[in-house]
Amino acid sequence: MSLFETARKIYPRRVKGTFRSLKWLSMILLLGIYYAAPWLRWDRGPHVPDQAILVDLVGQRGYFFGIEIWPQEVYLLVGVLILAAIGLFFATALLGRVWCGYACPQTVWTDLFVWVERFVQGDRNARRKLDESAWTLEKLWKKTLTHLIWLLIGAVTGGAWVFYFNDAPTLFSDLWHLDVSWSVLGWIIALTLSTYFMAGFARENVCTYMCPYARFQSAMFDKDTLIITYEAERGEPRGKHKKGESWDGKGHCIDCDSCVIVCPMGIDIRDGLQMQCISCGLCIDACNSVMDKIELPRGLIRYDTESNQRQRREGYRTLDIAHRKSGKTVVPPQKMRWVRPRTVAYALILSTVGSLMLTAIVLRPMTELTVNHARAPQFVRLSDGSVRNNYQIKILNKSHDDRAYRLNTQGLSQARLEVLAAGDETVETLHVPANSVASFRVRVDTPEATAHGRSDIRFLLSETRNPAQNSGNTPESARHDSYFIR
Amino acid sequence: MSDAPELHKDIDAPTGVETTGHEWDGLKELNNPAPRWWLIVWMLTIVWAIGYWVVYPSWPTLTGHTKGIAGWTQYDKLKHEQAEITQRQSGWLGKFHKASFAEIKQDPVLFEFARAGGEVVFKENCAACHGAGGEGRRGYPNLNDDDWLFGGTAEDIYNTINVGSHSTHPNTHAVAMPAFGAVMGREGMLTPAQIDDVATYVSYLRQLVASEAFARGQAVFQQNCVSCHGEGGIGNRQMGAPRLNDAIWLYGGDKATLVQTITKGRAGVMPSWQSRMSDDSRRQVAIYVHSLGGGE
Repeated sequence: MSLFETARKIYPRRVKGTFRSLKWLSMILLLGIYYAAPWLRWDRGPHVPDQAILVDLVGQRGYFFGIEIWPQEVYLLVGVLILAAIGLFFATALLGRVWCGYACPQTVWTDLFVWVERFVQGDRNARRKLDESAWTLEKLWKKTLTHLIWLLIGAVTGGAWVFYFNDAPTLFSDLWHLDVSWSVLGWIIALTLSTYFMAGFARENVCTYMCPYARFQSAMFDKDTLIITYEAERGEPRGKHKKGESWDGKGHCIDCDSCVIVCPMGIDIRDGLQMQCISCGLCIDACNSVMDKIELPRGLIRYDTESNQRQRREGYRTLDIAHRKSGKTVVPPQKMRWVRPRTVAYALILSTVGSLMLTAIVLRPMTELTVNHARAPQFVRLSDGSVRNNYQIKILNKSHDDRAYRLNTQGLSQARLEVLAAGDETVETLHVPANSVASFRVRVDTPEATAHGRSDIRFLLSETRNPAQNSGNTPESARHDSYFIR
Repeated sequence: MSDAPELHKDIDAPTGVETTGHEWDGLKELNNPAPRWWLIVWMLTIVWAIGYWVVYPSWPTLTGHTKGIAGWTQYDKLKHEQAEITQRQSGWLGKFHKASFAEIKQDPVLFEFARAGGEVVFKENCAACHGAGGEGRRGYPNLNDDDWLFGGTAEDIYNTINVGSHSTHPNTHAVAMPAFGAVMGREGMLTPAQIDDVATYVSYLRQLVASEAFARGQAVFQQNCVSCHGEGGIGNRQMGAPRLNDAIWLYGGDKATLVQTITKGRAGVMPSWQSRMSDDSRRQVAIYVHSLGGGE
């Protein structure tokens, strides 16, 4: 036995058809969004970035059009991840692995890289011949050009990624002058190389061996999920067929291998549903164009469900080919059960999480207060016997105006409240600049205690409106419960 | 690889692949070859490791270790990083260095810089005695309250940090309460009964409860204690004599502790920090302690 096993290289042939067009469309759309999105602008007023989609790691803010999140609101990101996961489950339960076939970055970039390969080196046979041939000047320049274009696409991919984390126009001009930090450069290099290796070399192996989603998506399948099927009843026995010959006793599959050689995963769909299949539909396009040529109805390979297939086998349903010929409308040829317990459950989770997130975004307060009772020491006894507790308070002003707030306490009689801060800050006017967090040390004194132990105290914060800055909306307030120890 | 183990070859029927010969409850491990890319990555890591040995310190030798051609050491890295921190601080430190305590108190940015720096210095140097939050403990003053032996303004605190108490500093605070009772065979200045009376007096100073013992104690106090602790126990910051008519006790305000304090005396010790840390650090700690809540 050998020390290692070489990966079998796949040379997918060019194909034309509905699903190929759909794939081109989805590639253009998704790559377009990916490359263009960081350049969209969104006016948020002064002192705030005007980039529509921006993850500002240094400033600790996330911006998505009208939505702005602070680090403590990252739970919204969790919501987005849940939506994405359930969305994937939902789509998979209905349509099979359409994500894999049309939208997954691995698929999209691989598709693009194969297109480059074909553009430079030619189609399947030319590429295979080039690989097998000795190193000539032609092979050298063709291979070099392919890899250069791949690396270029990789660099642009990594280049677009960093724009999501920085102001795109500024970073672009910095990049142009090669005046960027090592982290930016590192990300570009890492993503250039990963794009180059993943889409140029690893390709289908990522889906087959590395991707966990590919594996657990089969758990979302049931007999009513759309998969790519081969009509064995109609196609078999397969065999070569000459024009004009009778089809009696012959299946419609002419064993031309078109479906196999266009497959980017290198499988034969006629062997039935396989783990590798990413449901891209290219074999359908290939088979349909062959069926057109030999003047047979399309759909020998098609998107269908297992239950439809079984019912046809058992005679409950007809294939639309027979249906079309007879003109009878007794049984519908294909029936989709979209509403199933599984799909209803996914839809319910999706709408619940979606509406929860929408509520969280709409009702997002512009002012927040947090109070931390100081614990070293828990309380301080003063000369006159009164008892003092210290608190660290944080006021979050998420609005884009400078604001002032008044702080009060509730629940403790004869409590004296004072702020310990530089300058002239008092509890009547605590200044918090726009879009920032201010932190203050606050002390609460009560007269000599008759009762001891822990009692509840509530801090109330209310915005004091500067009359000059009368911006319509009502003053905001916030509160936070804490405790007092004596 | 070789033909020797031909005899023991166990071929898995469905796949036609040789097994490793290991079996677990009927499950056998197939001896599939590793993929080529894996082998390449493995070899690359070996090449990387060799490069690493050349560039960085790695192998132990009899007298030490190989140095590597890059000349990298942890000490240099530390020195470099510390220089970077100093460089980053220098902007603030320059301003801070020139500003007075009053000016710092008015400037929110400088004040936060001082507090943050002071807190770190405090936790590293002062917390061992005064507690992580300056809460103190028996014999070590609580720095959060409003009772100060040597004064509670930022300047006073800064001075105390500089000179310490019973320290080696020439201007050290030298607060010592003499032992009034009989200790180590020496005859006491006060009799146990007198000590008991004065302890009663002091423990009731805040409430001023009139009693016979109180009156007797007051007389003893007037003769022996007033010179340091002041009329009615108001304390004396020049000497560092604690105020006795408040609610704060360094060693305890119960009568038994008071009797012990009067009999045996007290002398708190705090080192001088003048030669142990930079002036900027001492000023930062002074501002931090002042801002704990009891600053005057």
